[in-house]
Amino acid sequence: MDFSASHTLWRPDWDEARNREAFGRPAHYGHNYALFVTVRGPLDPETGMVIDLKRLKDIMEAEIAGRFDHKNLNEDTTLFRERPPTPENLAHVIFLLLDAAIPDQLLCRVRLCPTDDLFVEVER
Amino acid sequence: MIALSRRYRFSAAHVLARPDWPDARNSEVYGKCANPAGHGHNYQLWVTVRGEPDPGTGRVIPLERLDALVAECVLGPLDGALLNRDVPAFSAEVPTAENIARFAWDALARGVRPAALDRVRLVETANNSVEYSREPEVP
Repeated sequence: MDFSASHTLWRPDWDEARNREAFGRPAHYGHNYALFVTVRGPLDPETGMVIDLKRLKDIMEAEIAGRFDHKNLNEDTTLFRERPPTPENLAHVIFLLLDAAIPDQLLCRVRLCPTDDLFVEVER
Repeated sequence: MIALSRRYRFSAAHVLARPDWPDARNSEVYGKCANPAGHGHNYQLWVTVRGEPDPGTGRVIPLERLDALVAECVLGPLDGALLNRDVPAFSAEVPTAENIARFAWDALARGVRPAALDRVRLVETANNSVEYSREPEVP
């Protein structure tokens, strides 16, 4: 799935020099994120599916798109008050949100692509 | 544990032929890639680094540091080069995609510490790519 969100990498609890050293110039970033979700598990003997794709899509829409699409990750969510919304941290949060919603620990891996040249992966 | 992958691009020329083999054998093994005049590719190199994000910065490795490392150790030597002639590592070793990927691994593995190099993937054409990884060496 795709979603679009903006963020700044700038810690309010750090002074400007330390922020600049860690994150470069203060900038407002926006990305069209691509998110790949991988589930792994036994096939349901009746349906022949690992998970009902419609159900997985509904979970992704509710948990991820509903929370993050067309939002400012710093201001419109409370998830990045304590940690900056880097791709690494965003992918980790997405993994935890999906893992809590997808049954039976079927979630195996999420891959978050902020750009065509960068992606991060979190695995169980 | 989080893995971060970043794509880099370079262009290089090579000849797939062993100098110690006769032309006929090189042609038999490497096909049209053995053309002594050389040929080239627009390579893509995916570099995957694995680790725990720094609690302060939220990053497995600062992207600027990874970019600088890859630029110095891989893109600098390889971009625009005739690999067989210009890169010492390929004077005795045929610059196949496999060997170029291993070259990139060797060039980057130490520099990404304290994160770990997870794998490198070299895309030579739309249809051909190789992945290389090996167990981390004891420092």
